[in-house]
Amino acid sequence: MAINFGFAISKPRAIDIDRNNLRKSDEILREMPELQTCIGCGACTASCTAGQFTDFNFRRMHTLVRRGEYQGIYEEMNKCMLCGKCRLVCPRGINTRGVVMLIKRKLGDF
Amino acid sequence: MKRVVVIGGGVAGMQTALRLSEQGVQPVIIEKEAELGGKLRGWHVLFPSFTPADEVLGELKQRVRQAGVEVMLSTEVGEFSSNEVKLTDGRRMACDSVVVSTGFTLFDARIKEEYGYGIYDNVYTTVDIERMFNEGRVAKADGTAPKRIAFLHCVGSRDEKVGQKHCSRVCCITGVKQAMEMKKRFPEADVFNFYMDIRMFGPGYEEMYREAQVRYNIHFVRGRISEAAPTIDGRLQIKAEDTLTGRPLHMSVDMLVLIVGMRANDDNAALAASAGLNLAPSGFLEPKNLFLDNVKSNVEGIFYAGTVSSPKNIGESLNEAVAAADAAAKYVEE
Repeated sequence: MAINFGFAISKPRAIDIDRNNLRKSDEILREMPELQTCIGCGACTASCTAGQFTDFNFRRMHTLVRRGEYQGIYEEMNKCMLCGKCRLVCPRGINTRGVVMLIKRKLGDF
Repeated sequence: MKRVVVIGGGVAGMQTALRLSEQGVQPVIIEKEAELGGKLRGWHVLFPSFTPADEVLGELKQRVRQAGVEVMLSTEVGEFSSNEVKLTDGRRMACDSVVVSTGFTLFDARIKEEYGYGIYDNVYTTVDIERMFNEGRVAKADGTAPKRIAFLHCVGSRDEKVGQKHCSRVCCITGVKQAMEMKKRFPEADVFNFYMDIRMFGPGYEEMYREAQVRYNIHFVRGRISEAAPTIDGRLQIKAEDTLTGRPLHMSVDMLVLIVGMRANDDNAALAASAGLNLAPSGFLEPKNLFLDNVKSNVEGIFYAGTVSSPKNIGESLNEAVAAADAAAKYVEE
């Protein structure tokens, strides 16, 4: 019987752009190029009702998608209730609700 | 006729001389290089309009010729006061006032050794890229086209480690401009700009930044590259934190472009000491005050134009040159 000494090998946390496939994120950005203009102000996340009660962070999620990190994003995006408050506050005029829908459509199989 | 010596024949110096002759004052430009034009000579196109640098410089030089301004090339100033300039070759020139427009020095990217400029292939500075644009050939060291290009903002700016605490202002927009030009030349390439803050202070700059994002699909990653290392196939491995996701990020690139800043000239201190001028902590020359006397020095009869007093873009340098010339003309009249 294997004895568990409590040691484990951690998976690397780094985003490896060489390994990630950016084509999916390119597709998303081609459909909504305005997403590129995000300046990371966090107003969307600050206004987000889902974010007040869960660890959902829209700004962080779409940034991860743009870096080719798709794992678990679909499930995260399901936390969004599509209320659209984030869209009202975005200083860059990004259709954030549209971004949520688009990401869910494109990343359903991840 | 009153005579004003203009030290430095870049855009600010030329504009100062032109304005002085308009005012009926006799300007003399002293330029240490063999040609007028200063740093603008090495530039290809200018932000945010992509105007060829030659267009601006050519026109200015033409005006200087037409106005019959006396120009002394390959001549350096050793010491000066408001009524006499001593050249390094021993000659002395009497004058009624001096405008200092000696500009700036580009940050030497080799000092940031961790990025490997001058050590690894395919690490360039923004100045190298402009030169390549001018030569009409942009390529990796082995002559092939780059597929992935990273730009790093703030090299030699806002960096205590290299004694450059100030923001050089124009590099942000230069980095965006060059990223767009790269994408125009290599539409298939992925272009990443690594930044600490993006500072788009001028008219049309923010719009240009937006265009770079939306139309050119340039990726902006907030995080400073910590180091670059060569890969076995002659590319470069870079490391940064993607601070907006809170995770480390690494990738290999074909080209790394270091967006170098402006620093004060090494000889500012000696020049300032000879004339009794105040130096700012950044090493740039300090104006008398930042509001109502921003082209005057603390010494009567000595004025500043352009980047000798702080980093500025070309438009600002040209405007300041007019203000400095007017102040000098008023001074010599009195």
